[in-house]
Amino acid sequence: MISLKQLTKVYGRGPDAVTVLDRLDVEVASGEILAVVGPSGAGKSTLAQCINLLERPTSGQVVVNGEDLSGLPEHRLRVARRRIGTVFQSASLLSRRTAAENVALPLEYLGVTPAEAKARVAELLERVGLSHRAHHYPFELSGGQRQRVGIARALALRPSVLLSDEATSGLDPETTRSVVSLLRQLRDDLDLAVVFITHEMDTVLHVADSAARLDRGRIVEQGRLVDLLTDHDSALGRALQPRLSPADPGAGARAWHVTYDSRAVPADWLQRVSADLGEPAALLAATIQNIGGTSTGNATVGLVAPDAVRVEAAFARHGLRAVLRPTHHATRGTAPETPPAEPTLTTTRKEAALWA
Amino acid sequence: MGVTLPSAVIVRTLADTPIADLPALLVPALGETLAMVGIVMLVVVLAGTPTAVCLHNMAPGGLFENKAVYGVLSWIVNIGRSLPFLVLMAAIVPFTRFVTGTNIGIAAAVVPMSLAGIPFFARLVENCLREVPRSVTQAARASGGSPLQIIRSAQLGEAFPAILGGLTINTIAMIEYSAIAGTIGAGGIGYVAVTYGYQRFDQTVMIATVVLLIALVTAVQLLGDGLVRATTPHLRRR
Ligand SMILES: Nc1ncnc2c1ncn2[C@@H]1O[C@H](COP(=O)(O)OP(=O)(O)O)[C@@H](O)[C@H]1O
Ligand SMILES: [Mg+2]
Repeated sequence: MISLKQLTKVYGRGPDAVTVLDRLDVEVASGEILAVVGPSGAGKSTLAQCINLLERPTSGQVVVNGEDLSGLPEHRLRVARRRIGTVFQSASLLSRRTAAENVALPLEYLGVTPAEAKARVAELLERVGLSHRAHHYPFELSGGQRQRVGIARALALRPSVLLSDEATSGLDPETTRSVVSLLRQLRDDLDLAVVFITHEMDTVLHVADSAARLDRGRIVEQGRLVDLLTDHDSALGRALQPRLSPADPGAGARAWHVTYDSRAVPADWLQRVSADLGEPAALLAATIQNIGGTSTGNATVGLVAPDAVRVEAAFARHGLRAVLRPTHHATRGTAPETPPAEPTLTTTRKEAALWA
Repeated sequence: MGVTLPSAVIVRTLADTPIADLPALLVPALGETLAMVGIVMLVVVLAGTPTAVCLHNMAPGGLFENKAVYGVLSWIVNIGRSLPFLVLMAAIVPFTRFVTGTNIGIAAAVVPMSLAGIPFFARLVENCLREVPRSVTQAARASGGSPLQIIRSAQLGEAFPAILGGLTINTIAMIEYSAIAGTIGAGGIGYVAVTYGYQRFDQTVMIATVVLLIALVTAVQLLGDGLVRATTPHLRRR
């Protein structure tokens, strides 16, 4: 269990001072994965470095299992840091050491006997599914395998907190999925509190139990994933959904953007809405998935019905929120949207994308 | 041998050394060069490596950032790097005499060569350390390493092949310096080349020393390249 209390990081002094993290309050329980998302420059890496205290917070506390680490002197910090395992982007392995030797590094630093270390390393590599690559050098491993070695190294000292900064960024989707499911497996087996930092929104749905959105050093939204995804008013919830390119509703029909606004949306809502309105509903785009036992998603539905209030009410009856898409833009929907270089997170940009 | 002839006395009529006599002249000279360079490189590695580690880690973002000490250390190293070897050698004669009690011979050459070699090597190694990604040092810190452990396993460990490359460059530079030191009677191949080849116009010795120096430098380079390959996993033949 880890909690950050009023965590603040200021770089520079006087007039040049930049507040990179501004009074963050975050709590991650054991067995929970919190995803921290945010655009580039939001302060995510700074947050990671403050959590494992590679950077000292300017003020505030980092409390791990009840002990505040932020005030410890450097030599005590080195010991305390063992409670936090860190997985780095692109693994940051020692290139001249084999996978096994890399995993052994923290044990070596701690002064564990070689025999003991060997047994522990074998167990860790087994856990991340890399026993057969123990004696390979990093250059002989794939990106996903290197990341697994990084995870095994992070777990070497039996931490209670696992911190990952962009650990899956740069991996292909398939590999990302396998690394993410490994993290979930480890979270269950070892009862870890996991802080998973990423700028990739689509990864969050697969990994996290809860999510926090960091923007310009502030946590602007935070909550359990299911709650975020079933709340129409959650900008983070909507940003986490895949962006769709709806088909053209056709002559006389209008496109409605539909989001889940309740945990109790019936699976056959489309038929029900269609029956309520007495006309066939055209499904122009949709993504529905199960997050922790609850259905969430969003869709674009084509309807002829002219009475907007009636349509909204029909959707609302089933826990959905429907918003009319402007018709003059509807034809544009058929052209595939080019994904932005950086996932957009701010409400305004997301909103703009929704209406595009 | 061992007596420097004043150049005014040199006459062109001196005959070239017969080829058969070359080994007797060059083998001891090669031994002297190797001894000089060997001693100097030992000193250079022992003093230059910690200097480089300090420079690297006192710089902003290092393990023990210290702007003031970094500034002073960097300034000292720069002074050592800025003097041409010949000038440095001449300038520190009093110091050399103080340390070794003499200002000619191998012992006397080792002092200026080391003083020139240490800052050179320090900069080479500092550069190698800078090439190690910062995230590797961060990962070592996150793994609970003490500064010494991090320096050893993450920084020097990762930079090791590059440092061997720097060591090769430095050794070759020291062979060159030893030849310059030869002109002040330090012995070695340089001394033979200057006294026989240059001052006595002995073509045979001149060519022989040139060939020997080329062979020596080539051997050092090949050895260095081999060591770099052997210590870099992806260059190693497996
Ligand atoms: N050592 C530093 N000194 C000054 N500013 C920094 C430092 N590290 C990061 N920053 C600033 O903090 C902000 C957040 O950076 P970072 O935490 O790397 O963001 P992210 O990981 O979310 O992309 C950036 O504006 C960056 O310029
Ligand atoms: Mg970052």
